[in-house]
Amino acid sequence: MMRTTAATAIAIGLTLSSALRAQNTPADDSVYQAWGQKAGIHAVMEDFFVRLQADARTGPFFKSANRDRLVPQLTEQLCQVSGGPCRYAGAPMGPVHSSMDIGTGDFNALVEVLQQSMDAKGIPFSAQNGMLARLAPMHRDIITKD
Amino acid sequence: MKRSPYRPMPLALICAGLLACSLTARADRGKLLLTGGTSSIDGAAGGGLTPWAVTGSYATDGETGGTAFVTGAKTQHYSLAAYGAAVGFKDRVEVSIARQDFDAKNNLAPLGLSNLRLKQDIVGVKVRVTGDAVLDSDTLTPQVAIGLQHKKTDAGALGPTLFGPLGADDSGTDLYVSATKLFLAPGILVNGTLRATKANQNGLLGFGGAQGDGYKLQPEVSVAKLLSKHLAIGAEYRAKPDNLHQSVLGAGALKEDDWFDLFVAWAPTKDISITAAYVALGKIAPAVQPRRQTGAYLSAQIAF
Repeated sequence: MMRTTAATAIAIGLTLSSALRAQNTPADDSVYQAWGQKAGIHAVMEDFFVRLQADARTGPFFKSANRDRLVPQLTEQLCQVSGGPCRYAGAPMGPVHSSMDIGTGDFNALVEVLQQSMDAKGIPFSAQNGMLARLAPMHRDIITKD
Repeated sequence: MKRSPYRPMPLALICAGLLACSLTARADRGKLLLTGGTSSIDGAAGGGLTPWAVTGSYATDGETGGTAFVTGAKTQHYSLAAYGAAVGFKDRVEVSIARQDFDAKNNLAPLGLSNLRLKQDIVGVKVRVTGDAVLDSDTLTPQVAIGLQHKKTDAGALGPTLFGPLGADDSGTDLYVSATKLFLAPGILVNGTLRATKANQNGLLGFGGAQGDGYKLQPEVSVAKLLSKHLAIGAEYRAKPDNLHQSVLGAGALKEDDWFDLFVAWAPTKDISITAAYVALGKIAPAVQPRRQTGAYLSAQIAF
């Protein structure tokens, strides 16, 4: 029992530390590279925009969105957060979304649509999660509805 | 020592009620795939053997959702069936019910207890206290929940001995705190649960014993790795007290071991998930069955 507990504790410690390393790697562009750099990100964002408008859950939020403006902005943003050589120059997340009454379910619906696009464009699962991990904290600025 | 007669919970009725109140609500399934956990044998959302801090069902903020499950486990000499349901409110509160039916087969025949069945009903409540296990991917803060599970045991023909000379109670309440964190980038989920319990073999052999009747703090740990949106593999460890080690049946006759499992969980859609596992349950009543019990676990959960 003591040995099992100690072994379990060590295993968890190792898992945690490797998980943390992967979580907090600074200025690492591996996700950017795994997405196929800016062109790869752009391809996913084009697909994403179409699906966002088509999906019954996300469609209402994006029905009047301007494709020629939003796709390049999203591309710049994901390029930047994934460690690529870009600078997102669009509006900050908070003010843009503050009047949109977005709940956690809406936010997750957008994540699911993004997952569809990433699958469609062949982004590997680990690179999908690498990007999602950098986008997910934006929920604090975007979700305004309890 | 309580000897209140066993009253079977009208489980079907409660299930029907849960279904009805869940179906009248909107189809509320705003959580991401698999992030409501599977159904543990005690009914709470989590892993197979231990609750997690996640709230059952796919209901997120402002939503109500439900799950129902059926689970079977089979080792060399015993089998366990469990079924139940849970409702999640606003990703905040979870209410669950479960029934377990343990088949001791003829292992206790030397004691005159052929085909012994041990049953228990469990009502659980869990409340998320803080954190978001999934979306707070830039902090170490886990999702934390506290919960309780009230259990009532029907030990059948073993009852007069178990609740008599062995000194166990036929009902008990577990209290626990769980912390769950998904490390999103590597796709690794870690849960730690600390349970205050008197239960013997999870309650199937009653609560407490002649040698001691106090609560004991027991750690439970789960680690899982997401292989895809639909598929997770992992391991669990659950420590258990050993209240019946010293008993009128002799030292070690009812010695209890910790539990361990290796699992794979698959959710093709939000409607259903299937969990299969290898379980190692240690010795169960070693005086009559000295062999360590290992075997298979299979669970199906539907979500609505």
